[in-house]
Amino acid sequence: MSTETAPQTAAPVEAARNQPLSIWGALQSNIRDYGLLLVLILIMLFFQAVTDGVLFKPLNLTNIILQNSYIIVMALGMLLVIVAGHIDLSVGSVAGFIGALAAMLMVGWKFPPELAFLANPIIAGLICLVVGALIGGLQGYLIAYYRIPAFIVTLAGMLIFKGLSLAILAGKSVGPFPAEFQLLSAGFIPDFVGPITLVPASEGVQPLVLHGATIVIGIVGVLAMLALALRGRSRRIARGYENEPFALFVIKNVVISAIVLFFTYMLASYKGLPNVLVVMGLLIGLFVFLTKRLTFGRRIYAMGGNLKAAALSGIKTERLTFYIFAIMGALAALAGMIYAARLNSATPKAGQGLELDVIAAVFIGGASALGGVGQVAGAVIGAFIMGVMNNGMSIMGINIDLQQMIKGVVLLAAVFFDLYNKNKA
Amino acid sequence: MADTILEMRSITKTFPGVKALENVNLDVRAGEIHAIVGENGAGKSTLMKVLSGVYPYGSYDGQIVYQGKECQFKSIRDSEHQGIVIIHQELALVPLLSIAENIYLGNEQTRAGIIDWEETRAGASQLLKKVGLSEDPDTLITNIGVGKQQLVEIAKALSKEVKLLILDEPTASLSEKDSDALLNLLIGFKQQGISSILISHKLNEISKVADRITVIRDGHTIETLNKNEISEDRIITSMVGRSLEDRYPPRQPAIGETVFEVKNWSVFHPQHRDRQVIKNLDLTIRKGEVVGIAGLMGSGRTEFAMSLFGKSYGQRISGEVFLHGKKIDTSTVQKAVSHGIAYATEDRKTYGLNLIDHIKHNTTIANLLGVSRWGVIDDLAELDAANDYRKKTNIRSSSVYQTTGNLSGGNQQKVVLSKWLFANPEVLILDEPTRGIDVGAKYEIYTIINQLAAQGKAILVISSEMPELLGITDRIYVVNEGRVVGEMPTAEASQEKIMRAIVRAEGKAS
Repeated sequence: MSTETAPQTAAPVEAARNQPLSIWGALQSNIRDYGLLLVLILIMLFFQAVTDGVLFKPLNLTNIILQNSYIIVMALGMLLVIVAGHIDLSVGSVAGFIGALAAMLMVGWKFPPELAFLANPIIAGLICLVVGALIGGLQGYLIAYYRIPAFIVTLAGMLIFKGLSLAILAGKSVGPFPAEFQLLSAGFIPDFVGPITLVPASEGVQPLVLHGATIVIGIVGVLAMLALALRGRSRRIARGYENEPFALFVIKNVVISAIVLFFTYMLASYKGLPNVLVVMGLLIGLFVFLTKRLTFGRRIYAMGGNLKAAALSGIKTERLTFYIFAIMGALAALAGMIYAARLNSATPKAGQGLELDVIAAVFIGGASALGGVGQVAGAVIGAFIMGVMNNGMSIMGINIDLQQMIKGVVLLAAVFFDLYNKNKA
Repeated sequence: MADTILEMRSITKTFPGVKALENVNLDVRAGEIHAIVGENGAGKSTLMKVLSGVYPYGSYDGQIVYQGKECQFKSIRDSEHQGIVIIHQELALVPLLSIAENIYLGNEQTRAGIIDWEETRAGASQLLKKVGLSEDPDTLITNIGVGKQQLVEIAKALSKEVKLLILDEPTASLSEKDSDALLNLLIGFKQQGISSILISHKLNEISKVADRITVIRDGHTIETLNKNEISEDRIITSMVGRSLEDRYPPRQPAIGETVFEVKNWSVFHPQHRDRQVIKNLDLTIRKGEVVGIAGLMGSGRTEFAMSLFGKSYGQRISGEVFLHGKKIDTSTVQKAVSHGIAYATEDRKTYGLNLIDHIKHNTTIANLLGVSRWGVIDDLAELDAANDYRKKTNIRSSSVYQTTGNLSGGNQQKVVLSKWLFANPEVLILDEPTRGIDVGAKYEIYTIINQLAAQGKAILVISSEMPELLGITDRIYVVNEGRVVGEMPTAEASQEKIMRAIVRAEGKAS
């Protein structure tokens, strides 16, 4: 930094670079970021209390993850769609249709021997992903290049794929799936480390045996996260950009590590990491990276924030829109397979209405209906907020009608407070 | 002189961190045309918003006395009930409704809650006659020109029994003929006892019709001039607070060989296939040269620039573009940018910035390749770049994380400039680079333009303000109706000479 620039302009730059924020100031700016996570934790604690401790039982936590995995997978794609300023109403029906397609490929259709490889779960799964991407891509093509509003294109898609699922299943449920395919939803990662026995089985004492591999993965994951955080901090310090107090940095990372380790422990004391959580975790990581660090992601935010300005900045907005919908389609396909594998059959009604849960999750997570705003972490937490409420209210035995109303109020309240906060700021 | 109809006493209006108005006084007499002049950002519009109740009573300090009573307007409806009607710069008409429907919008002629179309049409016809507009009241707004739309706005004001009409830059987008008609209308209203407050930048118009002028600068009333005191120089000195010579930084051009050349450029209107907007236009820019395009609104200046920049406007585009003597393809924005051409739009809010994002992201968006490898953004390199350009263009903000929507017009324009400078162009097209920003920021932008030229960039400046072109360019093209009708070195140019070129061309065309 030179000193010959006009002092009134140089000063703020210096401040931003070197002056550490007060802990309270930094905390305040973090509260907005972590507020949603805090809300999720409060909701979980609330249900833990009112369900007499059932919510945090290892079995139930595993269930919450399995029940919401397909919502979260689709919420990742929906986040991109909504940030880009569009909407996709077809994802539930597409997921249902792909579930049906998977069932027909693996179970329903009797292929001649030379085509029998199509029924192989891996090949069938890949076909399903490609078909999903093609469906999304086709819708995206109409939206991007013919400028038909996404609302209309995907509303039509919703009807079409609802009908197609019914048609290819001929109105019946098809199943069960091959065991390998069921692993997608029902399986847990193999314990390559071996069980860790904390409390051996003996008379009058419940045995406590942990899933070794899960514990190892959890610890390695936390260490990797801490290493990345430290590396990032030291890089920023070296360039003079860090202004977060070290104490806050420590507190933040300790709290997050503790939460991760706690859930690792809970899962390990049941059957370990579900396969689907591994898939989900990788996807979440990928999408965080995509939105935060890839030029592809940055362009989506720019496009959602101001379409015309983005186009005049050299962003190929049509192609970008096309890709976003293709990704959404592929994720809807994956979600459809997870859903079908979980039920172990494809039903004509599968997936219907899921789009609303997915969209709600993204909006609860702080995305703007006008585009340009929204975070992956928010969408994931939003999905879990809905999921934990579903789970908790079901355990409490609240009627489904009341559940729906409560969820509606929560959606409205979340968006209301978000807007209220923004207007105040 | 007649009685005072309106008196605003020591109005002070504060926005978070900024005093927009401080002890501003204004008095308007019955049946006068009172002009308010001042640089953009001086507080004229804020003052009018206080008057019309957009900023409700209580959100400002001071008194408004209207027709002898103190008023406490809570909304624009309150002030309209009292006969104060404001016509904004951006017309508030609904394009797909008819003239009659627009005139009575929010004030529908009803009988028992049902719209009385007979009455609506009859009333509208009468009002249209008053403003001298001979159009069928059933015509849709979208089918009439801006000048006529302006008259519809006035007819709408008349339907509310206006006593005080406020016009915010009414002639900004009107042709001379339409402007004259409008101004004559205001003079006519005077005789009927309707007072007008006229906000305008066009000093020649003001000196023609205004009875008195109040000058506002930096949120303060500077003075109120009577008709006999009005002269353009007097107004400008009062507006700017310094004499004209200091408005442009000194410039020592160092001009090299031809860098950029456009030959035989033709463009047709995007909707009307047969309407040629740009007609065989030729243009060259040399290294280190600042070239201006002068021309009236609608002459095709912006259309030319946008069609050149990735065919962002128009259809059936033909012509050739050369960079350093080599023909280049500018048919998409990406190609144009990759050849080192940048275009900063005239409308930064609609076309230039992502207003909900911060300075950093806006700075790098046109050149993400410059801060990324294999599609992965290096966040620290990006931060360096944003801070660097924030300093170079002197953006006043708390940090590069400030949302661009919260910046002043001048600082927003600097972000747009930063974005394009970071793309490192050879040819920089600046469309109305100083529209809507204050004098100080203008000076800074002129300085940046000078520096860029000194670095050897070829710069094209499109501007409606002739003094600006005369102050900062080396050479000027005069464009009229999509054609170059004159070219002159700035040293030999003058406002009259430019106008003469335009007028001569108009004469030939008609």
